Amino acid sequence: MSYSTQEIIETLAMIQTENLDIRTVTMGIQIADCKRDSLQDTLDQLSDKIMRFASRHVQTCENIEHELGIPIVNKRLSITPISQALPGFRSDEYVKIAQRLDQIAKELGVDFVGGFTALVHKGFTPSETALIHALPEALSVTDRVCSSVAVATTRAGINMDAVALMGQIIRQTAEASADRAGIGAAKLVVFCNPVEDNPFMAGAFHGAGEPEAVIHVGVSGPGVVLSALRGHPDASFEEVSEIIKRTAFKITRAGHLVGKLAAQRLGVPFGIVDLSLAPTNAVGDSVAEILECMGLEYCGAHGTTAALALLNDAVKKGGAMATSAAGGLSGAFIPVSEDNGMIAAIEAGALSLAKLEAMTAVCSVGLDMIAVPGDTPAATLAGLIADEMAIGMINKKTTAVRVIPVPGATAGQFVEFGGLLGRSPILPVSPFSSLKFTQRGGRIPAPIQALTN
Amino acid sequence: MSKQGIVTVVGLDRIGIIASVTFALAEYKLNIIDIRQTVLNEFFTMIMVVDVSASTMSFKDLQAKFAQLGEEQGLQITIQSEELFRGMHRI
Repeated sequence: MSYSTQEIIETLAMIQTENLDIRTVTMGIQIADCKRDSLQDTLDQLSDKIMRFASRHVQTCENIEHELGIPIVNKRLSITPISQALPGFRSDEYVKIAQRLDQIAKELGVDFVGGFTALVHKGFTPSETALIHALPEALSVTDRVCSSVAVATTRAGINMDAVALMGQIIRQTAEASADRAGIGAAKLVVFCNPVEDNPFMAGAFHGAGEPEAVIHVGVSGPGVVLSALRGHPDASFEEVSEIIKRTAFKITRAGHLVGKLAAQRLGVPFGIVDLSLAPTNAVGDSVAEILECMGLEYCGAHGTTAALALLNDAVKKGGAMATSAAGGLSGAFIPVSEDNGMIAAIEAGALSLAKLEAMTAVCSVGLDMIAVPGDTPAATLAGLIADEMAIGMINKKTTAVRVIPVPGATAGQFVEFGGLLGRSPILPVSPFSSLKFTQRGGRIPAPIQALTN
Repeated sequence: MSKQGIVTVVGLDRIGIIASVTFALAEYKLNIIDIRQTVLNEFFTMIMVVDVSASTMSFKDLQAKFAQLGEEQGLQITIQSEELFRGMHRI
């Protein structure tokens, strides 16, 4: 037989009991040619174009799911940042664009559409300002539209005016969706060094360097890595790294295969496989539990950052061997509300916001799906964002903040977001003010690229 | 539809498992290329490589049919394209 019994059983066990899935197949579509003078004409063009490219997206993915016997959890779209592709509208008009995107997503059956985005790391255009001010309403009256705002890059520095503004916008967005635990803010991410080919939400958008349309794939699989490591409780770090690499290789190959087939059948180029470990609330599908499996009593204990650095690097090494199309964010995600191990660590008092921030220096992305008290001042949120942007800027990596100031909630309470977004304890923030710092205005200059200590 | 599929059958061992599964394979025009079977701790485990090119049914339809058969017979039966296994286990 061309495969051993063990190989076949291993793959089936990964899918059936270890939650191996393809987290998302995301179709990127360029929409800049949809701009017309009137809003109505623009909306019509937008619908026409997205429908034309993506009408078969969901069905095609479902067919592949059945054929290969591996679940594809989400089917998504990413589009050119709206503020660049469709400039010149007012805030109320951008809300209407968001509503049209939501309607298109629902008609197509896609789970999310990303790209309600502004890139303001160096400064604002009037369109970007209008779009950002539209966010609280746009994200509360829609279900499937995701937004990202880039406020910093290593080459531009940190736009602190944008950071201060986003502190306020996040508060307002959470308050506008207060009836749903502030879920609007869970669809909004603030970026340093965003990537143009990210298939994951909330930060996906179709970047300027991308083709007309493209297929990106995001793989998952913390449960598979955890299960592999559990079989080797006394392995040395070299052996742990090898086990993770081998597992990441297999997961990535599954993603590569799905992406290749989807692109071929949809008649668009295959873009990238994002080699990310994206946890879910399913039992054992946890990045925190992988770190604990390496010998930490709880995620958050001293040693956690080192364990995460090893995990993140090994995932990339295994994945890069499996596909030449590695891209996107590629690394381990640590979204608190989506990871039962993180939640348990917080409840045990082992994991704090400060430790999470340290962890983001060595893994993919950043402070993700973190619920904080609803009365957290906008300036404190801005300070939190500024710190995370600084980590990304100095380390030349993507960092992000997706934080939800849950209206009416105080530290220690528990909030349910539902679905993939999960549930979370409310984390306390520093009680000390960042107001004067975030009010200074201007830009933190881009860092020197030499003298690297 | 790609050419080869992998069929797995797992369940408590008893008389007639192979007969019922292979009868269904013949009915759906799936040709067995390779077959391996063992009993582990009273659990019957069978893995087959099948040629699906003569079948007019999609994997989705085949999965539904085999799920139904599995339910009737108290077995867990999966069928999927061989491509995933090639991707994950062969460089």
